[in-house]
Amino acid sequence: MVSKLKLLGIGTAASVIALGAAQAQAQESVSLTIVSWGGAYTASQVRAYHEPWMEKNPHVRIINDDGSANALAGLRAQSQAGNVTWDLVDMLPSDAQLACDEGIILEIDHDAVLAAAPDGTPPTEDFLPGSLGDCFIPQIVYSTVLTFRPDAFPADNQPSSIADLFDVENFPGRRALQDRPGTNLEWALYADGVDPDDIYDVLATPEGVDRAFAKLDTIKDHIIFWTEGAQAPQLLADGEVAFATGYNGRMFDAIEVEGMNAEIIWDGQVVEWDGWVVPAGGRNLDAVMEYLYFATDTQRLADQAKFISYGPARASSAALVGEHADLGIDMAPHMPTAPENYFSPIILDNDFWSDYGDELRERFATWMLQ
Amino acid sequence: MAQADAGALASPAATGRPERLRTADGVPLKAALRRAERRRKIAAFFLVAPLLFFILTFFVFPIAQMMWRSVDNPQVVRALPQTLEALQGWDGEGLPGEPVFAALHADFMADMERPRAEQATGPLAVRLNYELSAARSAITRTARQVDGFTAPYREAFLDSHRLWGDPELWRIIQREGRPLTTSYYVAALDREFDSAGNVVQRDEGRRIYVPLFIRTILLSVAITFLTFALGFPIAYYLSILPMRYASLLMICVLLPFWTSLLVRTSAWIVLLQQQGVINSALVAMGIIGDDGRIAMIYNMTGTIVAMTHILLPFMVLPLYSVMRTIPPSYMRAARSLGATPWTAFRRVYFPQTLPGIGAGGVLVFIISIGYYITPALVGGQSGRMISNEIARHMQQSLNWGLAAALGSMLLVGVLVLYWLYNRLVGADSLKFG
Repeated sequence: MVSKLKLLGIGTAASVIALGAAQAQAQESVSLTIVSWGGAYTASQVRAYHEPWMEKNPHVRIINDDGSANALAGLRAQSQAGNVTWDLVDMLPSDAQLACDEGIILEIDHDAVLAAAPDGTPPTEDFLPGSLGDCFIPQIVYSTVLTFRPDAFPADNQPSSIADLFDVENFPGRRALQDRPGTNLEWALYADGVDPDDIYDVLATPEGVDRAFAKLDTIKDHIIFWTEGAQAPQLLADGEVAFATGYNGRMFDAIEVEGMNAEIIWDGQVVEWDGWVVPAGGRNLDAVMEYLYFATDTQRLADQAKFISYGPARASSAALVGEHADLGIDMAPHMPTAPENYFSPIILDNDFWSDYGDELRERFATWMLQ
Repeated sequence: MAQADAGALASPAATGRPERLRTADGVPLKAALRRAERRRKIAAFFLVAPLLFFILTFFVFPIAQMMWRSVDNPQVVRALPQTLEALQGWDGEGLPGEPVFAALHADFMADMERPRAEQATGPLAVRLNYELSAARSAITRTARQVDGFTAPYREAFLDSHRLWGDPELWRIIQREGRPLTTSYYVAALDREFDSAGNVVQRDEGRRIYVPLFIRTILLSVAITFLTFALGFPIAYYLSILPMRYASLLMICVLLPFWTSLLVRTSAWIVLLQQQGVINSALVAMGIIGDDGRIAMIYNMTGTIVAMTHILLPFMVLPLYSVMRTIPPSYMRAARSLGATPWTAFRRVYFPQTLPGIGAGGVLVFIISIGYYITPALVGGQSGRMISNEIARHMQQSLNWGLAAALGSMLLVGVLVLYWLYNRLVGADSLKFG
């Protein structure tokens, strides 16, 4: 009994000392909660941004949170509760614009808080045109692409365009599409002969929407809808489908890293940005801004392409894109923005989707159920 | 209490006048008892207080808040107070006049004075877009330009976005300019307001929730019945086995319980898909051709199969616990009195299992009516349920008002079904184990 008490006493004393030390350290050390998409994407950020930053700044500890899929919901909830625990959030520009309009993330003066290009070009000119938002700092360009299994078709009749996705006579087999209207409606119109630049003008009219759904009707019996991003490569790898849509980075991973037998069709790739926003009311604002300055400079954005096949959002980074860190393959041809891939891109129109998304999502859900 | 009364009644007979019984220290017995009783009640309350607190904080309060969201409608009132006042006399025909547009301008300007986090136009844009497509950009674009507007404001607004010239937008502002709204429930019932303000059914192409509710209920009934048909023999077999073997077999029934839901669902994908184990085996045995592979997943079949498997333990456990208590001698007695095995089962055994069937059925039905991960993964388009739509509105479209309305309707539906069950069968007959 006595020895137990003694032990307890010593233990308490030790923990008090430890606590004191921890508190002394806490005054300097910062832990940043950075929210991103998880999987291969977060891994690429860890290696390109987090690890070099923590090496330079040993007092910073970065905690990864895979919450980006529900980032807007999370930001709203934290803002309403008055307890903002996220320091930096990776999200899509459409959601970022909504969050910005609602005032739950900070407005960014890009030239003031971000690094200039090595040749002195200010950030507002260096980032790709149209990619900057009031509150949004782009990191990468990604695209939704069509992928197919070469072994599902004879060697002399391989699909090569979005039109082939809608051609079930010449290219039979099931198609895995995402269970939301985005990309699907654009492709339906593109395959129906609408010029990529006019797609959103057509889609803004009731006749255009009917036309897109009519085109989708032609392949409806051959569609399997996927919900989670990992499902599309899985369906393709299992041979369940002949075509699948998916994000080009995931498809690159499945094909080059996992060795899946599939090919990407770059025709009609739907291009979008992805980037950072800073939640309003975060506790470590200074540390976050220091980190942001570092993580969005020319070299760091080019570094991320070593780990995942998404294009850097700065023009000045393109020349620095090198080889994949583990595979040693040249990454430049796998970038959505590579000239040989970027021949007929459809630039995702976020303004369109924030205006018509509510109505079209409802119509699309009804169409799926019928 | 009863003893104290008895004492009080007994004493007058002995002494001729009422005399109170007292405890040793002179307190009337009745009061002492009452105090002891109260103390016990307080102690009991403190014992359940943590649970009560837990349920209130994490169950009652969030559900009440969610239900509140389905009618809560502060956005228009907060953002456009002057406009709403100016709109009061408007009859809903054509466009409102210049005073309304001037008030609108004043509202926008007043909003810009507020700190960013308190600005009301962002939520207003989101709110109005639920009712009318493109209303979001009408609000946000105007908010960016509005400090350059000069009188007459009507022209300035009409130039900035085409929707300001659409009477529909003004009707919506007028209709939603109240702190409470029914519009989420109207939408959840596949209805909408027409230009005269009447509730009408939506176009055929946009009716989604009512068919989904019906499908959800039908699927849940089918799954409940299947778990019963599969679970009843298992539970019976378990109940007649010696305890040693029964617990071993019970582990097999419970094993899926201890496996991650996603792993179980993925296992069904491996088994059921067209290039999966079952189809390949059938092809190898020559039962079906290579081009005749059966679609057993990414449709309603997939949802039913996977959910029946996952929910089976919820049926087996209550059944087993009830069957275990039925003495085997009843069946033997029935047989010895001349009943055939079937009659003995039907008239003697089966009626005694009803409390277990009721409990299992209610459990499985209520759980399956709110399921969404499994249908999302294996259900394709025909196996989706209403919870998938609720999840979509919670996480993707972020229309929490509509999600709350759908969720409240589901909750009320389940409560009504439970009430019916209680009236017909009686909830006190439930035996969960």
